[in-house]
Amino acid sequence: MEEMSKLICITCPKGCTLEVTRDGETIIKVEKNGCKRGPDYAQAELTDPRRMVATTVRARGGIHPLLPVATAAPFPKPRIHELMDALRQVEVQAPVKAGTVVLANALGEGIDILASRDI
Amino acid sequence: MIKPLYDVIVIGAGPGGLAAAIAAKQNGAADVLMIDRDLELGGILLQCIHNGFGVEIFKQDLPGPGYAQRFIDQALGLNIEYLLDTMVLDVIPPAAPDEHHRIYAMSKRTGLIEVQARAVVLAMGCRERTRAQIRLPGSRPAGVYTAGTAQRWVNVEGYMPGKEFVILGSGDIGMIMARRLTLEGAHVNRVLEIMPYLTGLTRNYVQCLLDYDIPLHLRHTIKRIIGRKRVEAVETVLVDERWNPVPGSEEVVPCDTLLLSVGLIPENELSRKAGVKVDPVTGGPVVDDGFQTSVPGIFAAGNVVHVYDLVDWVTEAGLQAGKWAARYALGLSTAAGRVPLKAGENVRYVVPHVINPAALANESIRLQFRITQPIEQPVMIEVRDGEKVIARKGEPYARPGEMVNVTLAPKHYDDVQKASALTVSVVKR
Repeated sequence: MEEMSKLICITCPKGCTLEVTRDGETIIKVEKNGCKRGPDYAQAELTDPRRMVATTVRARGGIHPLLPVATAAPFPKPRIHELMDALRQVEVQAPVKAGTVVLANALGEGIDILASRDI
Repeated sequence: MIKPLYDVIVIGAGPGGLAAAIAAKQNGAADVLMIDRDLELGGILLQCIHNGFGVEIFKQDLPGPGYAQRFIDQALGLNIEYLLDTMVLDVIPPAAPDEHHRIYAMSKRTGLIEVQARAVVLAMGCRERTRAQIRLPGSRPAGVYTAGTAQRWVNVEGYMPGKEFVILGSGDIGMIMARRLTLEGAHVNRVLEIMPYLTGLTRNYVQCLLDYDIPLHLRHTIKRIIGRKRVEAVETVLVDERWNPVPGSEEVVPCDTLLLSVGLIPENELSRKAGVKVDPVTGGPVVDDGFQTSVPGIFAAGNVVHVYDLVDWVTEAGLQAGKWAARYALGLSTAAGRVPLKAGENVRYVVPHVINPAALANESIRLQFRITQPIEQPVMIEVRDGEKVIARKGEPYARPGEMVNVTLAPKHYDDVQKASALTVSVVKR
């Protein structure tokens, strides 16, 4: 059975409200998207929702006790809390350059966690 | 070693200041100095550890510190000088044509210093509105903080300000902190918004509130803060169209911390003291298309002018201000704006406030503005000279939380030359 649902695209700050028509798992059409990234977002959001995750890890010897870090690519949404638990175990020693991998292949998802700045 | 005279001095080394300093250097200013009161370059971006920065400029989704790092590296690569942990106290414009701007600043290391500049860029950014400014009734316990203060503690200094939160205001920082605190193990009971609509970006509503099942209560505010030493609860209330509490709608919500995300105010104490004219609507300096203020040789860029919702646009404004500051310092440009821009139908304000039509001969001018109320249907943005439409652009909707822009291009040169004033309006299609 076809059903229409609304979905707010978060790919860019514009935040289009997409109108997605689907039959079960299959997307039949996407409307009201401002650009071609809208349908891709709708497909991903309905089958494998992901988010960028930004947090901090402990840092020793830096100007601050924390180093901000972020996922190199969007991370599976259902496992974000698990990822936070894993990152609570990570500690780095300054100096660290922006872009350094602080946790490789997090939770086996194939996504690295990178330092967001120099410290 | 600090020199006695610089071509361009930039006050504030956040995204606006960094961009201005970089552009000044790239446009021929030999000696450029940034002065910042923090211990490091980068400004508030350093505590904005979330992603979403750089999508416009770099076509990449960067965290705040990563976005800042790119400009810090670029500024250092250009040998731009800087003073940190230094507070600027006064900017004094020249009293005679052969004099320069004098800047007085203090630091623990140097004591009081005076430096001079041919041109100055004000890039002090903005500050959060506090409890006192929104007159929240109730007792005055610990546990009431601005969202940005909590952000600094959680993301930079490593402190959790509480366990059970209520957030007042649906601005971006408030929503982003709601998610951040949830990820760090706190519980965010709800976000309250006095307006009937979201004031931050829609994408933040999705990825910060909906993703974590944090309720948003529109048309709600806080009637009273309860607690003696520490916040114990807040009493929330529904408001009517005129913001009056609706009797009987009160609810006591237990919490130990209340965060305020109730707006940002451009920080212009220095500007006012320097004699710069400030627009009462934006709270920032009146500027022309090169971001020059009412005082010749003093430029302003970024959130000090008006509060942006994207750092990418702050950078763009900084680049523009820095370029024109360099031209001014080198004696290449002193032309002041001539055609004023007025806020028309549904428009709250327009930046720049005045444009120099000659500038359109070579480059485009981007007009930025905010609207007064949400229009959830297709709209037309119009730039008019009297009744004559000079430029127009369609948008699917317009919301106060999202800055709107329209560009005047060299093809509009003739029309703008003839105009004595331009009006920007947003009308339903």
